[in-house]
Amino acid sequence: MGAALLEIKGLTISFGGLVAVDGLDLAVGTGEIVGLIGPNGAGKTTVFNCVSRFYEPDRGTIRFKDRDITGARSHEIIRFGIARTFQNVELCRSMTTLENLLLGQHVVMRGGVIRDGLRLRGAGADEARATTRADEMIELLGLTDHRDRVVSVLPFRLQKLVELGRALVSKPALLLLDEPTAGADHRESQALADLIRRMRDRFDLSVLVVEHDMSFVMGLCDRLYVLNFGRRIAAGTPAQVRSDPVVIQAYLGEPEREVVDA
Amino acid sequence: MRWLRTRRRVLAPYVLGAAVLLLIPPLLGGIPGVAPGYVLYLVSLALIYAIVAIGLGILIGHTGQISLGHAGFFAIGAYTSALLTLRLGLPFVLALVVAASLSAAIGFLLGLPALRLSGPYLAVATLGFGLAIPQLVVWQGSWTGGSSGLHGLPPASLPLGALTIVFRTDQDYYYLAAAVLILLTIFARNVVTSHTGRAFIAIRDSETAARAMGVDLVRYKTTAFALSALYAGIAGGLYAHVLHGISPEDFTVLLSVDFLTMIVLGGLGSVGGALSGALLLTFLQNALTRLPVVHDFKNLYIVVLGAILILTIAFLPRGLAGVARSVRLRWAARPRDGASRVDQIVELGEGSGV
Repeated sequence: MGAALLEIKGLTISFGGLVAVDGLDLAVGTGEIVGLIGPNGAGKTTVFNCVSRFYEPDRGTIRFKDRDITGARSHEIIRFGIARTFQNVELCRSMTTLENLLLGQHVVMRGGVIRDGLRLRGAGADEARATTRADEMIELLGLTDHRDRVVSVLPFRLQKLVELGRALVSKPALLLLDEPTAGADHRESQALADLIRRMRDRFDLSVLVVEHDMSFVMGLCDRLYVLNFGRRIAAGTPAQVRSDPVVIQAYLGEPEREVVDA
Repeated sequence: MRWLRTRRRVLAPYVLGAAVLLLIPPLLGGIPGVAPGYVLYLVSLALIYAIVAIGLGILIGHTGQISLGHAGFFAIGAYTSALLTLRLGLPFVLALVVAASLSAAIGFLLGLPALRLSGPYLAVATLGFGLAIPQLVVWQGSWTGGSSGLHGLPPASLPLGALTIVFRTDQDYYYLAAAVLILLTIFARNVVTSHTGRAFIAIRDSETAARAMGVDLVRYKTTAFALSALYAGIAGGLYAHVLHGISPEDFTVLLSVDFLTMIVLGGLGSVGGALSGALLLTFLQNALTRLPVVHDFKNLYIVVLGAILILTIAFLPRGLAGVARSVRLRWAARPRDGASRVDQIVELGEGSGV
């Protein structure tokens, strides 16, 4: 693995006495695709919410590009270069696909209510540039037919894709994907894995992905972390994790093959 | 090209509206038996209320933050402008700028609790603000004129280089209000269709998504409050001068409810809706208070106001703007080339309705 881009050390957070994440160490190197897996309620999404600063960890540090971001505010995270998607999709429902992808460029555009109201100093040119970038992404994701449709009328699978696009247009260095395959069948999941790999190569991304679909993560990820009850119980390549007896017992269950090849 | 076409279609009603505003006075003069001065005075009031409604629309309709206290900002604008011109002899334009800035600054401060409060809690907090302002005016009667108010304001004037325009007649004030309304309508449209407007709408749709996309809630919520207070402040300043005087009764909580009804009736999240709601409601109020049948029922308007709010929310949740939009979509989707209507309506499904 390359130099660690994201480095989480001793991350601990509890909710009302229930320890959701317990002393987690995790690193994502530049250009890596890393999976975070574990049974329901293992604390995977909680880790995401700590990194994107929606939750306040009790202990531990989160470093990104050698900078401590543990004390940063949630809206600053994307500016540092970490963009995320959500398990159940958090799109702006009244906006079109295009408008959502323009919102994704919020931090790369200059703002100011007076500048916008008076259309001063190239506000129009900024908007046109952002629209061009959004259109490129829309084409790349095959969403051209849905460009001007309100996202709330799109099927869930397409909403997930719009959300992926919205994260990508912010030009992140690290992409956090929370269950990207939700709502997708096996064939679509495979296509999605290809897409994520292509995006990684095209945009020089590192990816941290939370997922349930085992065959998806096994095929996609360079390395995996396995969480159970908030604790890291294994880490390594997909092959190592697959054959780890602790993992098999805690998560994959028996018989192993059925789950893995599902 | 597609973008241009869309824009042109959306702008058409505004160009038309501006033309109508210009033509109203000469047309009124041509109708026998009508006192154009009084009608123009009424229309001016409607235009001034429309300014408040547009600002409030940005706050409630686009940003999703409720305010039941906008009569308070309207009062701050009116009193600041009136006191500065009457007591200190400041020029009208300067007084208006100070009034608008002060109102915006207080709007910014009222936006701070909005960071912690939402929904009904924010409604109550802003309601308290709206209730308090007229009381403060009465309490500070020695310089605010107390409950009898301030009267005999000097006429508004506008210096343009060597020339100074002095506003004297109802028609003069009408044009003043119309000009300010047109400028502020354009400004509002520019804001809501821009980077800033997208951040506002994102906050309304999903604060989580907004934060994840880098929208600073502190900055944008306070901006929305300050901007809507700025509109109310400017409108208040104009109001004081159109009426040549003000008193605390002009700024009751009922007025805040009026403003809210205007934007709900017009359609939340639409600048054009706020405009039409304000015009309609002002005329309605005037018509009702003049009905001879009910002249002993002075508060009929309040009852009607309540009914309009309930009926709009129940049957026209997107207000007049929503009706106009569905008519437009249906017209665009009228059967052609054998394609089905429904397909085309879906095809035309539009964005955030700004």
